[in-house]
Amino acid sequence: MSGPGTGPAGVEHRRHATFRGTARPHLLVRSDTDRVIAGVAGGLGRRLGVDPLLLRLGFGVLVAAGGLGLALYVAAWALSVEPAPGALPPVRWLPRERQIAATGCIVIGILLICRQIGLWFGDPVVWPLALAAGGSGLIWSRGEEGGRRPWPGAGEHGPGNPLGMVISGRGSALRVGAGALLVAAGMAAFLLANRALASTKTTALAVAVTITGIGLIVGPWIARLARETAEERRRRVRSEERAEIAAHLHDSVLHTLALIQRSEAPAEITSLARRQERELRAWLSDRPAVEAEQDLRGAVDALASRVEEHHSVTVETVVVGDIAVDDRVRALLLACQEAVTNAARHSGSPQVSLYLEADDDGVTAYVRDEGKGFDPGSIPADRRGIAESIVGRMRRFGGSASVVSRPGEGTEVQLHLPRARP
Amino acid sequence: MTSQPPPISSHLPGRTRLFLVDDHQLFRSGLRAELGGEFEIVGDAGDVEGAVAGIAATRPDVVLLDVHLPGGGGAAVVEAVTRRLAEPPHFLAISVSDAPEDVIGVIRAGARGYVTKTITPTDLASAIRRIRDGDAVFSPRLAGFVLDAFRGELPTSIDPELDQLTPREREVLRHIARGFTYKEIGVRLHLSVKTVETHVSAVLRKLQLSSRHELTRWAMDRRMI
Repeated sequence: MSGPGTGPAGVEHRRHATFRGTARPHLLVRSDTDRVIAGVAGGLGRRLGVDPLLLRLGFGVLVAAGGLGLALYVAAWALSVEPAPGALPPVRWLPRERQIAATGCIVIGILLICRQIGLWFGDPVVWPLALAAGGSGLIWSRGEEGGRRPWPGAGEHGPGNPLGMVISGRGSALRVGAGALLVAAGMAAFLLANRALASTKTTALAVAVTITGIGLIVGPWIARLARETAEERRRRVRSEERAEIAAHLHDSVLHTLALIQRSEAPAEITSLARRQERELRAWLSDRPAVEAEQDLRGAVDALASRVEEHHSVTVETVVVGDIAVDDRVRALLLACQEAVTNAARHSGSPQVSLYLEADDDGVTAYVRDEGKGFDPGSIPADRRGIAESIVGRMRRFGGSASVVSRPGEGTEVQLHLPRARP
Repeated sequence: MTSQPPPISSHLPGRTRLFLVDDHQLFRSGLRAELGGEFEIVGDAGDVEGAVAGIAATRPDVVLLDVHLPGGGGAAVVEAVTRRLAEPPHFLAISVSDAPEDVIGVIRAGARGYVTKTITPTDLASAIRRIRDGDAVFSPRLAGFVLDAFRGELPTSIDPELDQLTPREREVLRHIARGFTYKEIGVRLHLSVKTVETHVSAVLRKLQLSSRHELTRWAMDRRMI
């Protein structure tokens, strides 16, 4: 409903978020979670950062004004596409005042044009309805504070209470009161303006108008409550399904993978089984793929998988404590990966242990193998290069590295990165 | 983890009597084939009920116990057997699960060790020997769990003795987590293997008896499969 001039920076930002991962950019993606008829208003709302409810009210008023709303809705539907499965990017909702002002102005503008060109069902019908719809929008539109997450409060303690959402917030009592007043005024104006029409069946019309008014005040709340309950149920079903799948996989696939790793199968097979096991576990633990590399345990797992993929060793990882994965920690992890790769390539040991501990002092990592070891005093040229690159990398980030090895007794690379001073 | 020379069970009359509990027939028969040479396998079971009855009837020295079992899991077996027998056998938990809640659950029920099913036959045999001798068996992963769960000082503690690890215990666990055997740890920390074992057993006791509520919370926080 709002033109491309609405917050160009914000729109640009959302464009990237919305279109990432789709094959070709679409003007509009319909919503499959926030859907009354076909998800057009839901999708448009996400796209513009405007509460879909306002758009629905706008479409409704324009339908009453001469059917134009219907045509606009169908056109928007035709130009939009179904959403791809997967998580939706987050939406930056506009401040509530801007949402209401923008939608209101645009709807009134279109109404005036319609009236001018004669696409009009008559003043006594359209203006009171627009007034009442404006009141309903004022009460129910979600502003920035409540709209950051699609369903505020949901998932923390059951479905959020929409009434609470409406009541809470600065100046909201005033807003709700004004909204209700607008709805009432709209209804009253409708009755007054249509007195002539109503003279024959006053009671029936009054009842119908009252019901419409109540619908405009209570309707959005009921709809929202129903949607949240449905969403909550869906979430629960999904998590139950996942638990069931996990239990089943424990009993079947993970067992089989463990059996393969214990068997006399060729090293490539056992390594493959191990990698699959690791991936399956990561998936079962419901770790979002995007965040995996930002989570210390996820990053260490990924590191181990990368080495196991290219060398026939198993990498046993143990992580104690936690720390945010920033550039320095990433550098330490890269140094770890070099050390693990080095052990996989040269030690001859079938297993490499990686132990990583994060505490108040910083991060310490040990990469250990029980392979043939070497005399650090006479490092072969090919190993010196790698050792130096590990040490150099650690020094650049204010850390240190040392190598402890003796021929026949394995090798241990120790890495330490002090916590960054703020 | 531990790869020691074959057993010198001179102090025991006859072979160690072993009971296998696992609901996977294939895994049980694999274990029989691997361990049957060194140990006397007196029976096996695939569920909680069968395990409790079988263990009571055969009186094994060591029970190798799957954590996931129909009818209540490995922890239920440990609890039922400990209630029923005056001198219960030692339990070694084995599982495909790395889930902290499973690990902590079965250890707190009374198991003296925990290994994953990917352990090599040699290491498994040596772990069973250790359990038979009354020691504790910590895989690197379990050592990591314990270090993680016992992190930080407690501002108030009902029993500091049980709720905290000593610096020495921490150091021993760190070495286990790094992949060292008890023998190597002894050499590095200038301790006898027996002393290392004492430290590990002390940690096991703390793990079983500590009221540290972090243990449960931690296991829940780190919920994974």
